Amino acid sequence: MTVSRRLFGSALAIVTLVIATGTGCSKSSNDIPVGAYLSLSGSDSTFGIDTRDGIELARQEVNEKGGIKGRKVNVIYEDDKSTSQEASNKVRQLIDRDKVIAILGEVASSRSLAGGLIANTKKVPMVTPSSTAVEVTKDREYVFRTCFTDAQQGDVAARFVFDTLKKKNVGLFYVAQDNYSAGLAKSFKESLQKLGGTIVVEKGYQSKETQFTTLLSDLKASKPEVIFVPVYYNDMVQIARQAKQLGMPGSMFIGGDGWDSSDLIEGAGEALEGAYFTNHYAPDVPWPNSQAFLKSFKAKYNHEPSSLSAQGYDAARLLFDAMGRATELTPEAVKTALVQTKDFAGATGTLTIDKDHNANKPIVVVQIKGKKFTYASQLMAQ
Amino acid sequence: MRVLDALITGLAQGAMIALIALGYTMVYGVLKLINFAHSEIFMMSAFIGLFLITMLGGTEHPLLAGVGGTLMAMVAAALIGMLVERIAYRPLRNRGKSSLVRVTPLVTALGMSVLLQNLAQLMFTARNRSYPQLLTGSLSLGPLSVGTSRVVILLTAVVVMVVLELIVKRTWFGKAMRALSANEEAARLMGINTSRVISATFALGSSLAALGSVLFCLDQSPVHPSLGLVVGTRAFVAAVLGGIGSITGAMLGGLLIGVLGELLKLTSFSGGTDIPAFLVLIVVLLVRPAGLLGSARAEKV
Repeated sequence: MTVSRRLFGSALAIVTLVIATGTGCSKSSNDIPVGAYLSLSGSDSTFGIDTRDGIELARQEVNEKGGIKGRKVNVIYEDDKSTSQEASNKVRQLIDRDKVIAILGEVASSRSLAGGLIANTKKVPMVTPSSTAVEVTKDREYVFRTCFTDAQQGDVAARFVFDTLKKKNVGLFYVAQDNYSAGLAKSFKESLQKLGGTIVVEKGYQSKETQFTTLLSDLKASKPEVIFVPVYYNDMVQIARQAKQLGMPGSMFIGGDGWDSSDLIEGAGEALEGAYFTNHYAPDVPWPNSQAFLKSFKAKYNHEPSSLSAQGYDAARLLFDAMGRATELTPEAVKTALVQTKDFAGATGTLTIDKDHNANKPIVVVQIKGKKFTYASQLMAQ
Repeated sequence: MRVLDALITGLAQGAMIALIALGYTMVYGVLKLINFAHSEIFMMSAFIGLFLITMLGGTEHPLLAGVGGTLMAMVAAALIGMLVERIAYRPLRNRGKSSLVRVTPLVTALGMSVLLQNLAQLMFTARNRSYPQLLTGSLSLGPLSVGTSRVVILLTAVVVMVVLELIVKRTWFGKAMRALSANEEAARLMGINTSRVISATFALGSSLAALGSVLFCLDQSPVHPSLGLVVGTRAFVAAVLGGIGSITGAMLGGLLIGVLGELLKLTSFSGGTDIPAFLVLIVVLLVRPAGLLGSARAEKV
């Protein structure tokens, strides 16, 4: 009995301490509280940190210009440790404890789904900068996104292959058990077939596979003109290396935004020379806002921004813009302003929020040239 | 033709799995312990191999970097293996003969595995690192063109397995190992320093895993902290399939898993190659519970 009472006592003390520090955390009451939940540690920590860099730049810029409606913006960052459970906990915490009026996050679709559920139930608007799964905004009144969806991306890749590259016989190579990879392959296939192209060969592989030689020679035997490989960059490094051994040129491969990492070029080297992939952004994209972003980002952080930083920057700026347009600073009014977003000029292109709360914006096609990501073309998402 | 290609790739793949499976099976043979930390030693030696190969010049001196790096990684892995045994398993041995005697080391092994994996994540971060490409090009054997890496892997594996067989069957150490496996107490009474033999077994198994891991990464894989989990499972299955405790069994199991996996990639099951491989495991274990070449000797409980 004494033990449990003592235990209860110390638990109470800890709880009190947590509440005390919790309240101590919030900034001066006049700032506008905006929440951001990101993977700042754990397996996807680079995603979270890059996105935070973009958001911080946007916050700094808006505050330097006098804030919103005369009040400064305070972004409260929470780390979800790259897990879905923590994502919903942190969103709950941001809404209940910090009383934020809007939320930014996450990068991974699985975590945006988890966090978005809470935000939607509690009627606080949430803007995800980089979650591309269609379900994230589906039937969720309070969830928005500033990036394209997997369905839009697959369609753009198919139109690029068919219309721009004029290739008709295409191979498909994807991770069979991965939602992102298999989903993107599916939407690509549907669009290409609608355009009149043919999928001559289709191969799925098991996630965590490293030996691609047999699979690649099987693909090669069907003589596709190009192969669409919507996988993550880590897998693509090995695929490209082993394809080179089989004499398959880099220009044979087309990918999606999962390719976007400097690790891809570092690992694959010349093996991917000439390959194309669809992306949110490229450092040399000719839009004026992108160049302005590039300059101020480099001035603040001394390195080139990744796509994720650009997307984080855009999501934050779009949200601040909506907050400025809102009739008052309440979650409901900000949500209404977000719905009305039209022709917002971002670093990742000019976007309009459609009725499904997705972004209508151009998708960039990047080519790997001279071991660098270079802007090749842009197509409007449909 | 394509089947033949896949067969050769499968044999190379299986040879690497077998090299790792040997570590599981040898430790089980002498200690009746499933050393779950073995897959982490495999992962750690892949990191050490990468650093050594890069240090020795990488693609500029492929022969020196490749051979030197591999040998040094094997030595380092042997040291790590001995260290793990010394600090995690040895203190638990000779702790009475209760039923817990088998469970405690098993849980310790799991703990060691988690510890090493997290340690690697802390030291090397979760980022994937690619090996320099040292084994490029291909050799043509008649109408067949086989990648150099496959040839190197197969040759190395054959040599290593023959040497291992000789060590086990012809040397004093091998005899001691087999004696220990048959009956530890009797072996000790016969004057065998069991601790030293166990230590050497760990060293040998770990260095073979290091050889397997460096070859595996040179051929096809980036290095990352969860590398051991992926390949380790397959190697463990190979060891059980062949009959855990049996060295020839581990080799056979590895080759079977490798060839089966590669051949399945030619079919429309390519998206789930592990499913049939594990089905085979279940069927084999139902028919022969001790594995293909395992001894079905009844154990006193």
